[in-house]
Amino acid sequence: MGAQVITIASGKGGVGKTTAVANLAVALAADGARVACIDGDIGLRNLDVVMGLENRIVYDVVDVIEGRCRLRQAMIRDKRLPELYLIPAAQTRDKSAVTPSDMIRLCNELRAEVDWVIIDSPAGIERGFKNSIAAADRVIILTNPEVSAVRDADRVIGILEAEEKGTPTLIINRLNPVMVKQHDMLSADDVLDLLAIKLIGIVPEDEGVIVGSNRGNPVALDPKSRAGQAFRNIAKRLKGETVPFMDLEAGTSLWSRLMGRK
Amino acid sequence: MTDPKPLIEIKGLRDGLLATMSDASWDESRAALMEQIAARGSFFQGARLALDVGGMVFHVNELSELRDMLSERGVNLWAVVSESPTTEKTSQLLGLATRISKPRPQEMTRPLAEDAGEGKAMWIGRTLRSGTRVEFAGNVIVVGDVNPGAEVVAEGNVIVWGRVRGLVHAGAGGDASAFVCGLDLSAAQIRVGGAAAVPSERSGEARPVKYFLEDGIIQSELWQSN
Repeated sequence: MGAQVITIASGKGGVGKTTAVANLAVALAADGARVACIDGDIGLRNLDVVMGLENRIVYDVVDVIEGRCRLRQAMIRDKRLPELYLIPAAQTRDKSAVTPSDMIRLCNELRAEVDWVIIDSPAGIERGFKNSIAAADRVIILTNPEVSAVRDADRVIGILEAEEKGTPTLIINRLNPVMVKQHDMLSADDVLDLLAIKLIGIVPEDEGVIVGSNRGNPVALDPKSRAGQAFRNIAKRLKGETVPFMDLEAGTSLWSRLMGRK
Repeated sequence: MTDPKPLIEIKGLRDGLLATMSDASWDESRAALMEQIAARGSFFQGARLALDVGGMVFHVNELSELRDMLSERGVNLWAVVSESPTTEKTSQLLGLATRISKPRPQEMTRPLAEDAGEGKAMWIGRTLRSGTRVEFAGNVIVVGDVNPGAEVVAEGNVIVWGRVRGLVHAGAGGDASAFVCGLDLSAAQIRVGGAAAVPSERSGEARPVKYFLEDGIIQSELWQSN
């Protein structure tokens, strides 16, 4: 009994945390699990947009914490998957409206309701990040194959270790195999060489992800999308299944063709 | 002391003791705590104590009274962890911590040793990640990498069994005989005494290298197997 609480963090902004949360949540829920995502970015909410649920928000996470509504009332049911819920962030408040113990209380209440709780951490290492990791059973670091993103990820891993949150696992997002081949981008090995934590997924760069985010349709729902496949594989690995990593190298020619088709 | 179920559970943390209260009334738990302290005086003497009070609600006078009682017995109360927002607020008012694990990027900074003789060295058996700063008034040995954004500042020498991609400063107190050596220092910033150097880009295999001061300028010496 009891859900597993996962927080996705990166340190740097713009690496794709919100998109990853939406896609992992969708992938887990499409597999029949009950999933709740929490937008931890109070004041700058986005997860509702990426999941296509922005016009359904009535109550938000701060309303629950401050007792203006019951937890169930703030859980917005997804329009496609019946067991996927979003608890949105408040847009008119800021990070100080929530404390780490509020998050722990909220997640403990959620544990009885769902199988997975996925928290979208805001960028940075301040209050919002601290709130987001407070309740986490495990943390996933998301980074891009870029020097600045990897450095911030390293910093966040160090903080998690100092907080005794355990060593997180890693997702490398937006890897472009063609650029890696031409030595214009860090390879997955370069990133792992520095961060030295367990890799649980590599998501190839894919224009479809941006289109999906803008339309509120996470690509994990698209059976043809390679990025979507990568997110589905990560979801399976989270459940403890062994899934081989996608062969991005072999995909390069096919992948360029797919890109060219658009 | 032979209660069937303990009213209070005490365990050691990295930086002090944690006492967890059971659901019993506060008066009983407090009595049990005081009894424990009286029975094991030397164990508690000078200890930093964190208290996990569960959902119990405390107001300022109760908590400050407890703190006084503890400090009379040589126990320093520094944190009260609670699920109750009222208690949290009370703790904050009294300047007590409300969470036990706190971010400590500078955890390695220990009190500086009085004399940093030849034998004094700080041992770091792990990789230093970005944002970590290690300062020591002696030699520092790192078995692991020094990642970009991490800093090692030593008054003595610095030896890194690993890759250095951050900042390493040896002889920070002005010791011109200090040196830095590591397995791969090609992406580091090296400082010895008051001088700084950025090693040239590596071509080919990484080689162990030593950096030292000569006439106020940093010199390097590659390690040779013969």
